[in-house]
This record gives sequence, C-alpha cells and structure tokens, in this order.
Amino acid sequence: MTSESVATRPGVDLARIKAWLPAYGVYAAIVLLVLYNVAFTPNFLAWGNLRIQLIQVAPVVIVALGMALVIGTEGIDLSVGSVMALAAALIPLYLGYGVIAAILISLIAGVLVGLVNGTLVARVGLQPIVATLALFVGGRGLALVISGGQLKDIGNDDLIFLGSGDFLGLPMLVWIAALLVLVVAFIVRRTVFGRRLLAIGGNRPATELAGVPVKRVLITVYVICSVLASIAGLLAVARIQSSDASAVGLLIELSAITAVVVGGTPLTGGRVRVLGTVAGALLMQLVVATMIKHNLPSSSTEMVQAAIILIAVYAARERKSR
Amino acid sequence: MALLEVVDVAKEFPGVRALDGVSFALRPGEVHALVGENGAGKSTLIKVLTGVYQPDGGELRYRDEPVRFGTPMDAQRAGISTIYQEVNLIPLMSVAHNLFLGREPRTRLGLLDEGRMYREAGEILRRYGVTTDVRRQLGTLALGAQQMVALARAVMIDAKVVIMDEPTSSLEPREVETLFGVIRDLHAQGIGIVYVSHRLDELYRICDTVTILRDGRVVHTGKLAELERIRLVSLMLGRDMSAVRREGFTGFTGEHATAADAAPVLEVTGLTSRHKLHDIGFAVRPGEVVGLGGLLGAGRSETIKAIGGAYPVDSGTVAVGGKELKRPTTVRAVRAGIATQPEDRKAEGIVPGLSVRENIALAVLPRLSRFGLVSDRKIDEIVRTYMDRLQIKASGPDQRVGDLSGGNQQKVLLARLLATRPRVLLLDEPTRGIDVGAKAEVQSLIDELAGEGLGVVLVSSDAEELIEGADRVVVLRDGAVVGELRGADVTTEALLETIAAAAVVEDSGDQ
Repeated sequence: MTSESVATRPGVDLARIKAWLPAYGVYAAIVLLVLYNVAFTPNFLAWGNLRIQLIQVAPVVIVALGMALVIGTEGIDLSVGSVMALAAALIPLYLGYGVIAAILISLIAGVLVGLVNGTLVARVGLQPIVATLALFVGGRGLALVISGGQLKDIGNDDLIFLGSGDFLGLPMLVWIAALLVLVVAFIVRRTVFGRRLLAIGGNRPATELAGVPVKRVLITVYVICSVLASIAGLLAVARIQSSDASAVGLLIELSAITAVVVGGTPLTGGRVRVLGTVAGALLMQLVVATMIKHNLPSSSTEMVQAAIILIAVYAARERKSR
Repeated sequence: MALLEVVDVAKEFPGVRALDGVSFALRPGEVHALVGENGAGKSTLIKVLTGVYQPDGGELRYRDEPVRFGTPMDAQRAGISTIYQEVNLIPLMSVAHNLFLGREPRTRLGLLDEGRMYREAGEILRRYGVTTDVRRQLGTLALGAQQMVALARAVMIDAKVVIMDEPTSSLEPREVETLFGVIRDLHAQGIGIVYVSHRLDELYRICDTVTILRDGRVVHTGKLAELERIRLVSLMLGRDMSAVRREGFTGFTGEHATAADAAPVLEVTGLTSRHKLHDIGFAVRPGEVVGLGGLLGAGRSETIKAIGGAYPVDSGTVAVGGKELKRPTTVRAVRAGIATQPEDRKAEGIVPGLSVRENIALAVLPRLSRFGLVSDRKIDEIVRTYMDRLQIKASGPDQRVGDLSGGNQQKVLLARLLATRPRVLLLDEPTRGIDVGAKAEVQSLIDELAGEGLGVVLVSSDAEELIEGADRVVVLRDGAVVGELRGADVTTEALLETIAAAAVVEDSGDQ
C-alpha cells in the first residue's frame, strides 16, 4: 500500500464517521448543546451561570484526569471518591499546623493509597477493579473514623480562597483544574512515562519484554490518580467550607469514568484522550444543567446520561472491531 | 459442480483494495491450496467465504445457488467450518464440553447426558490421535492436541467445507501426520477443504488444486502437481523465476566468520526451572548463530525466555560478555544487551494499537529523551533509519502496527530490538507466519547482523531455516540438551536423527 493510493482515494463515508465519532463526537455534542441553550435557555450565557457550571465540573475534571491515565493502562480506579473523603477528613485535623501542612498531609495520604493500589495491581497481580474496590470500601471507612463521622466547619481564609476565590476574573478552582489538565496532557504527550503507560495498556507482556519497568510505571500511574483525587478532595472542602467525609466525592468514580469514556478513551487501554476527557466532563455537566433549566425531572436526566454513555461505548466498539 | 464458489468478488477497505475481481471454486472432495504472500488477500477471501465480511461486489455461490452469509454463524449452519491458526475454544472447559459445546447430548429429562458425552468424545477424538482424558481442561492440553479438538469439532458440525488457516503452524511432525490422515478421510467423504499454508512441502503432499493470490487478484489456479515448485514461488512473489532460482528459497548465505577462540558473548550454564528446564548450558560467540532444535515442548521457547529474564528459573546463570546477570529480569536483560523476539508476535511482541514509530522507540525511550521528556527529532531519526534498513512497508511511521501485514509487524519488532543495540539476539520463530518475501529478508538480516558481530540464538520449527541459518545447532528434548550439531554435521538428516533418537525414548514413556 503506497501513500498516494491512500491520499487519492475519496472518503468512504461510513468508515470515516466510525473513526471520527469516538474521537470528536463529544465536541460536536457540546457545540450542539451550547447552541440549543443559547437559543432556548434564558440567561444561559450569563456569566453567573457559566461560572457555576465551571465550578461544579472542576472536581470531576481533576479526578477524571487521573482516571484517564489508569484506564489508559487497561486499569480502573474505584477508590478515587474514598481518597477524596480521606483527604477531606485529614484537612481539619492538621489545619492547626497551617494550610501548607494540611494540604501536604492530604496529598501524602493520596500517595499512600496510590502505592497500595499500584502494588496490588502491579506486583500482587490483582485485577484493578478488585484491587481498588478494597480501598473504595476501606478508604471512606477510614475517613469516617478519622473525622469521627462529624461534619467540621473550616474557617481558614487561605483554604477558602482556593475553593471560592477568584484570580483574574476566573475562579481559582477553574485555574487549578486547567493547570492540571495541561500538566497531564503534557505527561501523556511528551514524557517517556506517558509513552510507556500507553504501551502497557496496548500490550503489557510485549512492553515487559521490551525492557520497560512495567511495575514501576503502573504504580506511578495509580499514585498520580490518587494524588489528583486528594487534590479534588481538599478543593471540595475549600469550596463548601466544611469537611464531611460521608458526602465528599460520593459516586465521583462513576462520573469520572463516564467523562473518560464519553471523551473517547477506550476502556481497553493503549490510548488516552486528555482533552476529550475534559470535554466528556463538560458534556455531562451541560446535559444536567440543560435538563434542570428546563425543569425536567432528574430521572430523565439520568436516562439521557445513560444514553450518552451507551453511544460513546458503542462508537468505541465499532472502531475496535475493524 | 462446485461446492463453494465465489465469482468476481471485490472487497475494499479504506485505502486498500483487498480483493479485486477474485474468482475461486472448491469442488467436493478437493483439497484446495490457497497461497499468497501476507497481504495478498487470503485472509480477506476466507472471511468472505465464512460470512465475516460481506463482499462489495461479485457473487458467492454455495452448491450452485447464490447465497449470502450475513454472519459467521450463517456460514457455519450451512456447513462451512473454519479452523484458525489460533484455537478458538474455551480453555477452562473440559475437552468433551468443548467438543460438544452447543450440541450437548441430553437425557430424556433434558439434562446433560455427561456419560454419553464423555464416551462419544473419547471415541471421536481417538480418530484424531488424541487419547487424553476428555474430562481434562482443554487449556492443559498441548497446542497441537487443542487444534485436533478444534478440527474434530469443526468436522462434527456436518461440515461440507472445512477451511484450514495454517493448521500446522503449531503442530509437531507426528501431529501433522495425524492431521493429514484426517484430511485424507475428509477427502474420501467428499468434503471440500481449503488449505492455507506457507509450507510448500505440505501443500505438495496434501493438496490437489492451488489458487495463488497476489495483491488481491488471482494470478494462477490449477492442478498443483502440474505446477513446478519454483514457478509457484515466483508467481506468489511476482518475481522472475531465474531470480528465485539464483537466490534460493531461504535468504541465508552460509557460514559466518567466527573466530573459534573468541570469548563467548553469551554464556548460559545450568539453567534449571522446575519440570521445564534441566541444566541447560551453551555458549554463543560474537558473530555466531546458534540454533536451538527440538520438538514442540522441548523447552526451546522457555530457554529463550529464561535467558531474556521473562521466565522464572530456580538456578543457573546467564552471562553477557563475561558479566553475569544478577537475578535476571527483562529490564536487566535488555540493559545487559539481550534482545528477545518472542514466539507469539501478537501476544508478546507488537503493541498493535500504537504506531510504527512508538513501537520501534518503545525499548529505547530513555536514550531518546532528556529529563524524561521525549525528543521527537531523535525518535524520528532512529525510526527512519530502521524503517529504511529493514524495508518496513507502511504508509508512514504513524500507521498503526496492528494494520500492517505479519511480515512487516515482525520487521517492526526486529527494529525495536535492534534499536537497543543488543549484543545478543534471541529469535524465537522469527519467520513464522510471514510471507515468503519477508521471510527471505528477515533471514538475510539475521546473516547480516551476525556478520556485524552479534551473537544470535535461533529457534525455528522450519528445519531448512534452522540448518541453513545456524552455524551450530543445540538439540533439546524435555527441557534438556541431548546433542549438538557442528560444522559439517549441521544437516537436516542429522537434526532429524538427533530429534528422532530423542523421540524414540519419549515414545517408550507414558505418551
């Protein structure tokens, strides 16, 4: 097959669409939904509304970034919501030593959870879904023990600034999420680590035989995912100005996985779409917002979300089966 | 009358015309060889015949009636069975259950009649040379035996047509004989067989008719006995016959210049792994190609993997350039200069979803990066170098490796190994399942690399390749070294004798 024979052949439409849908369908859906809202939803473009949407989506984006990396290795991390709770529970405990100390402690908790997850997956050889299920259950339990099961109010201004403050007209939360998106996109595209991660997802035995330290890479991936989750956890505390280990990050693993899948990252590994993941999170947020604005019941919102997930997975399957 | 026939079919994929006006007819009781290089359209034609693909044009006729197989199931119900290179059965279920899957015998109450199923399974499989306990899990059987189960299953489903895609690629010689016996039976029953193989010997032994595909077109069809072997190869390759004659069937040129007293670049001593390897030892000097001979299951692949750090060993040492590897892992082996090409290219070699570029660069990323950031410029340099040197045919470095032909996939894999600048190359079946043209190229590459001073360990089930390619052959049996052929003794006869001597002993065991 020569390159010119590829170039001169006119597009085979169906095949084009099949290749295009999982990669860019999410962007098209966002554009359509925004156009619809601009036309039919009063005050949709009001800054106050956009601001709320962005603030609400930020934590999902942050968690989904880590999830995308894990899914890129053909794994999954169910423990992210519990890690958020753990980070949230630790914040009030150490805030007395200063904001920096409290943040560091909750990040370290993230590192430790990631090490446990990564070790179980890479060294012990457990299935990712089972390995992370342990801390999905245990992590929140631990968080509740640490917090004593109580809701604690946070009065630290620096921390509150992270959650509710503005910088150059945009919420700090949005800045932080955007920065993390850039960092993760850079990791995936430009670093040795990123390439190895994709190779592991694409064919682990082959990557191992190529002399790549597969276990180390895998453990690092789970650590990054957990650290991102603990960042999301401490930001959640900063935003609502209280720490509630029983509520923070509840069910976020599902939102994160949804964002990743809708964004075009295949669950079979070997490929990570970072911007697609962000778009996936935005789309789901937009769907919810649209339905609420038009006074539709939450049950129908959920059904629309389900439909989007099915479309995304179906599109990915079509691409795979060629 | 044709049993199964396609007339003027075309099949197109984005960017490739896989089949272009192909006509093919299979008569009852005929063993019809389907040959061609990888990418010639064999697999596509088979998939059209079995309902996996719908042709874009042309007609499919079955027993002289136009048919349309919407799914593989439709084709199977009509009596067309396919046996693939890889066994498509359920490894965790018993042999008998696999054999009867979906058609289990039932008692009057509608319950599974296990007694009858086991009895019948045993009877059926004995005809295929499989004498194992049918209650065993299928996955615990040798690959050859699994393939026989697959074949028995295919024939049981009232097959009128059996399509065999490289059925012997994982069979031992003895199993090949059993398979040929079965094929003759089928032939006598009037069942039509489409036989796909790269092994010319087999084709001439078992096939009546041949159809040769090249670039999606039929270039020849007719009686196989009337077609000279060299003509078949030249038709397949589209090369001049005199060139084929001049260059021979393999790409090897002969002996390698090795100083007999040179210090070995690879030394393996006392390699032992429970039940699998027993005290295996040999040495490879720079510029030398050492073959590992033996039957399937003799421990050749395990030896290769153990040296490469990918197979657990209980004791024994591996030394590269006189330096012993401490606790070998794949990471340490690669760092020490050992490059391993695994037997199973798809499962352990290529990363199909990644591009040619990523696949080639995979093992050397640290060298092509600074502070953990990869340099596209350096990667492109290496990738271009090896794509040129190995003549990798891809639309570009960005093409997915999974979309390349088998031969080009293998070249990408070799490029990855060579990019690590190894001192020792471990090659496990480097030319299995790749077309004749790529095969010759890979073989001459092995020669060339040895010429540059690499130590090469070569495993091949193709006796011709092993004999012509290797300077010495170490023969294994049951995970132990049983002999070594050197110099003038490196002949097919000597190899077969050594293996056969081993096989006699084996037969007297509890086989």
